[in-house]
Amino acid sequence: MKLSRTARATLLGTMIFGFTFIYLPLALVVINSFNTNKSFAWPPTGFTTVWWSKAAANDGIRDAVMRSVITALIATSIALILGSLAAAAISRYEFFGRDAISLLFVLPIALPGIVTGIALNNVFTNFFGKLTFFTIVIGHATFCIVVVFNNVAARYRRLGMNLQEASMDLGASRFTTFRLVTFPLIRSALVAGGLLAFGLSFDEIIVTTFTAGAGQTTLPIWIFQNLFRPNQAPIVNVVAAALILISILPIYLSQRLTAEK
Amino acid sequence: MANIQNFLHRNVRARIATLLAIPLAWLLIIYIGSLFALFITSIWKIDTFTSKVIREFTLQNFIDVFTDRAYFNVTVRTLIVAISVTLICALIAIPMAFFMARIAKPKSRPVLIALVLTPLWASYLVKIYAWRTMFYPESGFLQWLISPIGGTSPGFGMFAVIIGLTYLWLPYMVLPIFAGMEKLPSSVLDASSDLGAKPGRTFFGVVLPITWPAIIAGSVFTFSLSMGDYITVQILGGTFQMLGNVVYQNFSLNLPFAAAVALIPVIIMMIYLGSVRKTGALDNL
Repeated sequence: MKLSRTARATLLGTMIFGFTFIYLPLALVVINSFNTNKSFAWPPTGFTTVWWSKAAANDGIRDAVMRSVITALIATSIALILGSLAAAAISRYEFFGRDAISLLFVLPIALPGIVTGIALNNVFTNFFGKLTFFTIVIGHATFCIVVVFNNVAARYRRLGMNLQEASMDLGASRFTTFRLVTFPLIRSALVAGGLLAFGLSFDEIIVTTFTAGAGQTTLPIWIFQNLFRPNQAPIVNVVAAALILISILPIYLSQRLTAEK
Repeated sequence: MANIQNFLHRNVRARIATLLAIPLAWLLIIYIGSLFALFITSIWKIDTFTSKVIREFTLQNFIDVFTDRAYFNVTVRTLIVAISVTLICALIAIPMAFFMARIAKPKSRPVLIALVLTPLWASYLVKIYAWRTMFYPESGFLQWLISPIGGTSPGFGMFAVIIGLTYLWLPYMVLPIFAGMEKLPSSVLDASSDLGAKPGRTFFGVVLPITWPAIIAGSVFTFSLSMGDYITVQILGGTFQMLGNVVYQNFSLNLPFAAAVALIPVIIMMIYLGSVRKTGALDNL
């Protein structure tokens, strides 16, 4: 498509504006994590690494990180199994009520998190008596199913049924076909969906606020609890900066994944 | 084992049922069950002294929600924020996606996509926290930026909330639109310009209508996520409040009323999802 010079300049301008808008605040957090001034007055008057070593020695942070990682691992595992089962049924077969069921699986991310949060809280406190660690996991798994389902369903739709049918025509059983044909074909979709589910769970705060038992502090909850305490500000800022730097990792992984194909 | 395999092979319904049973049960019992229970709670009474729910039918919660001017105003404010966020996201995302999908060299596309995706992986709280340092009155970055030309930072409030939410949900708008524009065949664009359409006309007459479902798909995320938010509002809003905050504040003292208020975004979202279903946007989610 040929574009005039002004059109190109406008588009390029929006691109640059968009990326500045995206990265400026993040860069600021990383720079501020070395700021000597406790209230981050801008511009910084001096630089120090003392906040980083203080954050690394903080037990509360370490505990919260561990809990978030374990929650995300369990929730992702549940989501991988349930999401791919549902995707296998919905994207490969025609049946009555398929559209409604398909919408049902998308609903947990289409409805506001606070609604999911108070709905689950209400049921959990009435049925289990109290909130625990596992109520967090159940809540997380519920919205993680969607991302796995979406990724795997898209893959199934693109693949069609031909390869599986060929495998079974050649005498392979249903389970052998899954093991040798279907699974290798959907593996990268499972990895992508799993990564997304892990990221979503690790970062979730709204549903977690309503489903976490007493003392079950995940990392986002820890950050939120300490956000408004002025003397904790530099340490919260270090955690934020560390999370920004770590978030490059899954992007790198998914880029490697697409490069393999 | 062989028996089961034979049975499943012959019976398609049994196959579908085996695959769907557990995931469907999980969602129906845990999710739909909870939503239904929440709805039931909203038509129950409350003991005003103990904050305990009394299981007796009443419509008072809904009457309160719909007749009190204050809640109407909060709903309108929430809608204004959600619509503004969605529009600003679309205004930034459409040209960005168009540039990435059609103008940038194919080689640099993965890099550009990665640059848009990276902040998606950064923590929700971290991003809002970053904007808190930007908007901080008096010592914030924006104040430092604007004060030389004689302005003052807008500080915390509705404007900061709109910017913060736009920032949070922008990638959710860019990605589906990019996917939609990448699928667009070049031949269609060439045909349009061969028939004499200027680039602007091609964009508004061809590109935009074809990618419309993708834009709507993005708007489902930006709209729904903005409407239910209360944490960003707490961090960036100052005294500004949205529906989520009302739900959060009433949640521990008067659950039936909180449930009634929570149904407002659900109803709005259902109307929205229902009205965009025909565009085919929901397959793009």
